[in-house]
Amino acid sequence: MRRLLRAIVALLVGTRAVRGAARGEQPEQTEADPRRREIVSTPRRELVLAVLLLAAAAFAIAFVVLILGGDPVQWEAVTLGGAFACLAAALGYAGLKVVPQETEVEERPQLEGPEAEEQLRRTLAAGGDGVSRRRLLTVAGLTAGGSLAAALAVPAISLGPAVGEAPFRSPWRRGRALVDEHGEPISADDVVEGSHLTAFPADADPRELGSPVALVRVAPDTLRLPPERRDWAPEGLLAYSKICTHAGCAVSLYRYPLSEDTTGEPPALACPCHYSMFAVREGARVIGGPAGRPLPQLPLEIAADRTLRAAGPLSGAVGPAWWGVRRT
Amino acid sequence: MSQDSGRDPIAFVDQRLGAAATTRKALRYVFPDHWSFQLGEIALYSFVVLLATGVYLSLFFESSLSRTVYDGGYAPLAGTEVSRAYASAVRLSFDVPAGLLIRQTHHWAALVFVVAIVMHLMRIFFTGAFRKPRELNWMIGLTMLGLALVEGFAGYSLPDDLLSGMGLAIAQAVAMSIPLIGGDVTYALWGGEFPGSPEFHSRLFITHVLLLPGALAVLIALHLALVVRQRHTQFPGPGRTERNDVGSPMWPGYALRSLSLLAAVCAVLFLLGGLVQINPIWQWGPYEIWEGTNGAQPDWYLGWLIGALRLMPNWEPHVAGYTLVPNPFWGGALFPAGLFGLLYAWPLIEQRLITRDTSRHELLDRPRDNPVRTAAGVAILTLVVLVFGFGSSDRALVTAGFAYSLQLTVTRVAVFVLPPVAFLVALRVCRELRDRDAHPLREWDGGYVRRRPDGGFEVVPEPPRSSAPPPR
Repeated sequence: MRRLLRAIVALLVGTRAVRGAARGEQPEQTEADPRRREIVSTPRRELVLAVLLLAAAAFAIAFVVLILGGDPVQWEAVTLGGAFACLAAALGYAGLKVVPQETEVEERPQLEGPEAEEQLRRTLAAGGDGVSRRRLLTVAGLTAGGSLAAALAVPAISLGPAVGEAPFRSPWRRGRALVDEHGEPISADDVVEGSHLTAFPADADPRELGSPVALVRVAPDTLRLPPERRDWAPEGLLAYSKICTHAGCAVSLYRYPLSEDTTGEPPALACPCHYSMFAVREGARVIGGPAGRPLPQLPLEIAADRTLRAAGPLSGAVGPAWWGVRRT
Repeated sequence: MSQDSGRDPIAFVDQRLGAAATTRKALRYVFPDHWSFQLGEIALYSFVVLLATGVYLSLFFESSLSRTVYDGGYAPLAGTEVSRAYASAVRLSFDVPAGLLIRQTHHWAALVFVVAIVMHLMRIFFTGAFRKPRELNWMIGLTMLGLALVEGFAGYSLPDDLLSGMGLAIAQAVAMSIPLIGGDVTYALWGGEFPGSPEFHSRLFITHVLLLPGALAVLIALHLALVVRQRHTQFPGPGRTERNDVGSPMWPGYALRSLSLLAAVCAVLFLLGGLVQINPIWQWGPYEIWEGTNGAQPDWYLGWLIGALRLMPNWEPHVAGYTLVPNPFWGGALFPAGLFGLLYAWPLIEQRLITRDTSRHELLDRPRDNPVRTAAGVAILTLVVLVFGFGSSDRALVTAGFAYSLQLTVTRVAVFVLPPVAFLVALRVCRELRDRDAHPLREWDGGYVRRRPDGGFEVVPEPPRSSAPPPR
């Protein structure tokens, strides 16, 4: 068993361990001078080596043929990987079984030399011989260096705009229609309880961070929105920014327990990146996960033709926060 | 003798460069032998594969977010409007000969690169190889680990698939969360908000294919130059001292074995690249800000950051309606900064507070030889592995049914309880092993130093089994 384990380890680590383990049992350990040189090559071993090298060549040629023939990636891997595996075996075999096996001793170079250090100090100091106003020159030199560094660093400001208080613009305005990803208007009847839709502002860029909203429907009598949002959810329809306030992923999961009584968990939008949970009935209050503030809500209204429209802008800043951003 | 016939390459080069003596010395350069010394070489050889495959990919990849209609060999996407970056990444996977093999090998090589660096780091840490005079090389290595993480992330962010976009959005949120300067620095790096800035993708591309690989190449050269200058550490053994290196000379044995390792790394990476699918961007689809998926996982080396972001309670200090520290800062920025800071400072911490030992060390410790260091390393590792594991909490929920909230509670407690426990257990085990000098998996295989009547010393092998346990 131990031998088997050793063999596996040896295969993994380049067969050095086997020799180390085998050597450990020899009395050689007691010798003070570990130097040795052993000639190990035999005609048989040289033949094995040649066979391994030719096998590598055969695999490599097979790879060339495959590439020209356009065969699947698995065969490319087997041939190219096989060629390298045979080459690895050949080189390892040559290194361990064919060339002379040596253990050598090399003296370490002396790194530090107190005398050299002292001479270096003197040479450096000698560069200032005859200079009397050192402090002035030091200050002037540092000023020049610092100013130049600043001058060279200043162009970095054109790398990007300064971050404002709310850089993620939102196209949502009162009266703007909600459309799906093909630009078709969304009717209130398209939204069924338990599922969620992604909606975008009509005639605006859907790829702006402030654009996509998640649209869900809950029973109106279960709503627990803050009083000032009483009219924001007609028929229990709710729209929240789809960009997570934690790290900016799309809040693309909707947890809708079939039985709240047994799970004790209310319907919630969830972010698949770090699993922040936003309770949809309560204005996307954070009920789990790392998000620090709720998703901004979009007030809705239902037009005469049952299509959905925004009744105002989003309730707060979209997306992740940063130093000094307004939370609401 | 000095004739220049051009037939003898050694004479040709030596007569022009005077390199024969130096080369001969280099060929007899001694490498101490231990399997764990190969981990750094695996990282180096993965980097070689990364460069080679990366060059091939860059010949086909189009780094542009302008829109195009995909019309390549992958039928389900035919006619979809996507970015040129995404279209070209899919095209090179399906329509370029060996393109998929090279792309997947490149991705696998990136994963193995970071694995090898982390293993190498642990080897260095637990054997005390970072001690004087090697503190600088320890810091260079850590810097390379940090750069490798960013480089890998930048790489898988390039194809503009859904996973790329989600990762970049999170990265921007984490960068913005840094107090005071986060917003402006992030806007400078990203060229504005993400997505939206047209310059950003070009910046990402040049960072991935030139700036970071260039920095890594320079640091690798420096890392190896320092190793050659300071020579290698070695484990204690017969004839091995603080003043010498005992092992295989470069030529011929070590060179052949090391090249064998290079070929083996290539073999494993190409086999993985062709047989084990990785990052099927055509399945994730193109990035749109309103889409998300929870089936796709990031590369493994980001798992600890995902875990930390998820683990953090929703603590977000604010004053009068203004945010002070956004939540992603704690897990995404402070946690990795703290960990890297601790590792950077470790040689100093150990030297000043634990061992108070300022002498040079060329002979390595076994982990048990310095119980406090080993225990501290085990504690740090326990913390990182716990947080890393929580990065897969959603997979544990889907595949094994462990309730997410339960996992959250358990892990939040465990990150405070388990590292100290691991510290104490490791400390105890190390001290026990050191005092008994027994290998946990092997019988006693050491020797005894005995003083001879003439005053010299000799090492004798194991005494009969009946004798007393080895003296302390």
